[in-house]
Amino acid sequence: MSGQFAIETHTLTKQFGAQTAVNGLDLDVPTGAVFGFLGPNGSGKTTTIRMLLGLAAASSGTAAVLGRPMPRELDAVLPRVGALVEGPAFYPFLSGRDNLLRLDSADPHAPRASRKARVGQALERVGLSPAASKKVKAYSLGMKQRLGLANALLRPRELMVLDEPTNGLDPQGTREVRNLIRSLAAGGTTVFVSSHLLAEVEQICTHAAIMRAGSLVAQGTLAQLRGEGKRTATVLTPDAGAAKSVLARLGLVPDAGIDGEGVADTGFDSTVTAALPADHLVPEAIVAALVADGVRVRGFSVDTGSLEDRFVALTGEGFDVAQ
Amino acid sequence: MPSDPQAADSGSPAPTPTPADSSPQRGTLWPLLASELSVLFRRRRTAAMLATLAAVPVLIAVAVRLTRSTTPGRGPAFLDRITENGLFVVLTALVLCTPLFLPLTVGVTSGDTVAGEAGQGTLRYLLVAPAGRFRLLLVKYVGAAVFAVAATASVIVAGTVAGLLLFPVGQVPLLSGDVVSPWVAEGRILLVGAYVCVSLLGLSAIGLFISTLTDVPVGAMAATVALAIAAQVLDALPQLAWLHPWLFSHYWLGFADLLRQPIEWGSFGSNALLQLGYLAVFGAFAYGRFATKDVLS
Ligand SMILES: Nc1ncnc2c1ncn2[C@@H]1O[C@H](COP(=O)(O)OP(=O)(O)OP(=O)(O)O)[C@@H](O)[C@H]1O
Ligand SMILES: [Mg+2]
Repeated sequence: MSGQFAIETHTLTKQFGAQTAVNGLDLDVPTGAVFGFLGPNGSGKTTTIRMLLGLAAASSGTAAVLGRPMPRELDAVLPRVGALVEGPAFYPFLSGRDNLLRLDSADPHAPRASRKARVGQALERVGLSPAASKKVKAYSLGMKQRLGLANALLRPRELMVLDEPTNGLDPQGTREVRNLIRSLAAGGTTVFVSSHLLAEVEQICTHAAIMRAGSLVAQGTLAQLRGEGKRTATVLTPDAGAAKSVLARLGLVPDAGIDGEGVADTGFDSTVTAALPADHLVPEAIVAALVADGVRVRGFSVDTGSLEDRFVALTGEGFDVAQ
Repeated sequence: MPSDPQAADSGSPAPTPTPADSSPQRGTLWPLLASELSVLFRRRRTAAMLATLAAVPVLIAVAVRLTRSTTPGRGPAFLDRITENGLFVVLTALVLCTPLFLPLTVGVTSGDTVAGEAGQGTLRYLLVAPAGRFRLLLVKYVGAAVFAVAATASVIVAGTVAGLLLFPVGQVPLLSGDVVSPWVAEGRILLVGAYVCVSLLGLSAIGLFISTLTDVPVGAMAATVALAIAAQVLDALPQLAWLHPWLFSHYWLGFADLLRQPIEWGSFGSNALLQLGYLAVFGAFAYGRFATKDVLS
């Protein structure tokens, strides 16, 4: 079992008074994965990360990180983990470099001889070398975020836990973080990254989990997550009525369109859409059936729902944070 | 960030820490302690507090020097002896600073220990480093104690220098009537300094404990200073005589016993015992609280 999952939790629960911030979480993060941890504001991502890192005690349930129980074996686990938790935090009156030296000397496992060199490399890696001697109170939000990433990179890590790493970064910074995560993953590091930027997660993650109001509503590979979402077949044709009846004969249920019959008028051509069950015949068979019945097919597409569709479907459209 | 992906790649060695890499090094407390002291003493606030403390004996010396008139028996102890002997500047300053200025600065520093890191958010990064909760608390306490020593030293050094510059220094009459050389007297002053440092150990432990209770450093500082004042108020109420020997401030001004010939070690011993008791109790409270505390800041 150990070695298979970099992070494994069982019914992990955290209560703040009467409120359940994290509710019976069963998370499995495979070793070597780039794992996106998604969820709306207040869904319990940061609280979960705090429990994984031993900052907060779970109300019930268990967590194992790198195969070892947390927080019991915290001293053995944390030196192998780099973390960014709920944004960066530093001593404003110290320079960026001095802040990193301070945090590195807090780790009794960090070799003292290489401290300066490692701090220099970490700063270099996040593009902060030119501002290394500047006091952190003079840093911009994105510079602080970069310094936070540099802190996580002070030593080679087996697991990186990054809570919204691109928060406040400019487009170049965001791209570089993506590159950084890819290069870490290429080096064998498991990356656990919380975010609500779905496009970003789609670009870099191999796996993802979606949280909603403290509970896990989905997890798996990205393909699984997208695939579990609705697949939709869309036909572009002037013969909307005929197309509809063909789809119905094939066992599909055309969506209610604008005119209420799964048909939307778009000038001469109309689009007919129908949800495609996962176990349904291959899409090209639909086209063949349509053509055989004389429907003039001018366009046909099957859309696997985007991660965003899936996310919204699972976490709701509402804008208000869940209580 | 490096703009070519190769630079990013080359910076990621395979993450397989060697055993030597992941086992704690010898003398593991020292790097963190050194870093703690450097952060503490590089803060402008610390420098300002030490400078304020140093200003007390200087102000006393200058005021006495300018007025030249001291009424015997009026003002703080030893004040009327300054014009005869500059070494009394230090003692006067310590009598003035012990009840208020020193507890104030020690309360600020010890109240800030954990709450300051929590309020700033650096506590979570120290713990994830992982500093270890016990190690961190120990280092924080030692840092606060070192500050107490520095604060006392600040008064003594400034007082000695001001006394030497502005007043004659000769044979020093002790409280027992014996007269000793200035060197012996300076030795006694250092003993008094040690006494004052020991006096502040209990308060530092109380501040450390209060600091683990909150994420708001100002609150912890204020509470610690308020306790120091409350203890002295209680110590002044004769109705509470039974309580007095248990108050951490009870022996604060008992250093006069070190200025007799032979030295009376009684109050030094009682004070040290009491302070160690407070250190043990509040140190344990602080660890009990901090070991299980959820770090949510
Ligand atoms: N210290 C605390 N005391 C009480 N409740 C808390 C505390 N910290 C978090 N919560 C609650 O726990 C829930 C989860 O919060 P958490 O910070 O884990 O959310 P999140 O998923 O990280 O959100 P975001 O995307 O905004 O960072 C929220 O409802 C929040 O109100
Ligand atoms: Mg969060």
